[in-house]
Amino acid sequence: MKQNESYEEFIKGIWRDNPVFVQVLGMCPMLAVTNSAVNAIAMGMATFFVLVGSSFLVSSFRNWIPKQVRISCFIIIIATFVTVADYTLLALVPKVHKELGAFIPLIVANCMILGRQEAFSSRYPVRLAVMDAMGMASGFLLALFSLGAIREILGDGALFGIDLFGENFEPWIIMILPPGGFLTLGVILLFFNWFRFKKDEFLADVAAAERGGNG
Amino acid sequence: MTSSAQMNAPAPSSLRLVLTLAIAGLISGIAIIGIYESTLPTITANKARELREAVFKVLPGVSEMQQLVYRDGNLVVTEERRKDEQAVYGGYDRDGDFVGYAIPAAGPGFQDTIGLLYGFAPQQKHVLGMEILESRETPGLGDKIYKDAEFVGSFSALSIEPNIVAVKKGAKARPNEIDAITGATISSKAVVRIINEAHAEWSKRLPPAGSEPPLRGTGPAGSGGSP
Repeated sequence: MKQNESYEEFIKGIWRDNPVFVQVLGMCPMLAVTNSAVNAIAMGMATFFVLVGSSFLVSSFRNWIPKQVRISCFIIIIATFVTVADYTLLALVPKVHKELGAFIPLIVANCMILGRQEAFSSRYPVRLAVMDAMGMASGFLLALFSLGAIREILGDGALFGIDLFGENFEPWIIMILPPGGFLTLGVILLFFNWFRFKKDEFLADVAAAERGGNG
Repeated sequence: MTSSAQMNAPAPSSLRLVLTLAIAGLISGIAIIGIYESTLPTITANKARELREAVFKVLPGVSEMQQLVYRDGNLVVTEERRKDEQAVYGGYDRDGDFVGYAIPAAGPGFQDTIGLLYGFAPQQKHVLGMEILESRETPGLGDKIYKDAEFVGSFSALSIEPNIVAVKKGAKARPNEIDAITGATISSKAVVRIINEAHAEWSKRLPPAGSEPPLRGTGPAGSGGSP
């Protein structure tokens, strides 16, 4: 039972409540740094680290933080993790850090992270909070990666910098420019909503059939 | 449950609020100082290595380099540089003979400032190489100023007198002309303009060809300037 519960918290972030495709949160990094798969993954990892770290701390201290100053405390915790991520990336992978530029410090302002602290971590025990954070962060990472991969393949003819189509491929440059982010995201959101719509329809059909069978 | 208990509890005193924030700030400060101190050596080393690699790239055949700071009308061999002072890098070959200067320059590009480093041989008045250090030019078009090997390669043995001219691709006829990149004319011209402007600025400052500061330690006695 308990196992199921934390599994449920993890899995919901990846699909049912995916922070990007379903909740439509964290759009700035989503659109800004997904022009290549590597950038998208670096951003996703940094966000993963910040979200899981902050959720762990917020949940551990949830009974000590007075609710009048909770938002300030959340921001202090998140900002500290972001600074740690910023310097670590700068020291270990300076090239990626240069590409991501101002968007690493801006993880602080990612509404998904503060949203998880306020909605989940500050109300639930550590284990569930960490599972929830890991799920949400993985969902975010997955979303960034799919966008980054699609844009890099179409806009650059490559994936992870490896050429896929050879010389004759004419890159669809707009895909790695900002408008490409909006186009790709729009198409993916369309797919997600169509899928959900179909699923609801299917469930309704099943329910109707069962009612008919019983009656 | 926790939230409803908090709702009903009396409001905590201001002191407690202040203390909570102060402690959170303190811990956060210590963590940030810790990560800053522990990554600083790596970051400084990375930057120095990047600069070294760039200098060696724009000055082929160079195996030693030293920083030359422009101070009071002279080039001074020194490691230290004040914020308002400008510097070039002197490149020397295996025998300690002077090869050329690596000169950093920056200027507006198509989208943002382009920062670059170019190698300059004062004897022949030639550009020996060019390396873009910083740029936010349009991916796929403007970024060819550093991704297009042909364009980057055209900055070798390029005459800089009276100045460099970017011409339409294929129209290069004189030794001071280079082919602009098709589709990235503005970025190509920006690179050329940045080098021309830097050259105009530095040609007034550099000592006459043949009297460059020798490599510290191996230079002839009485070169002065080095402690």
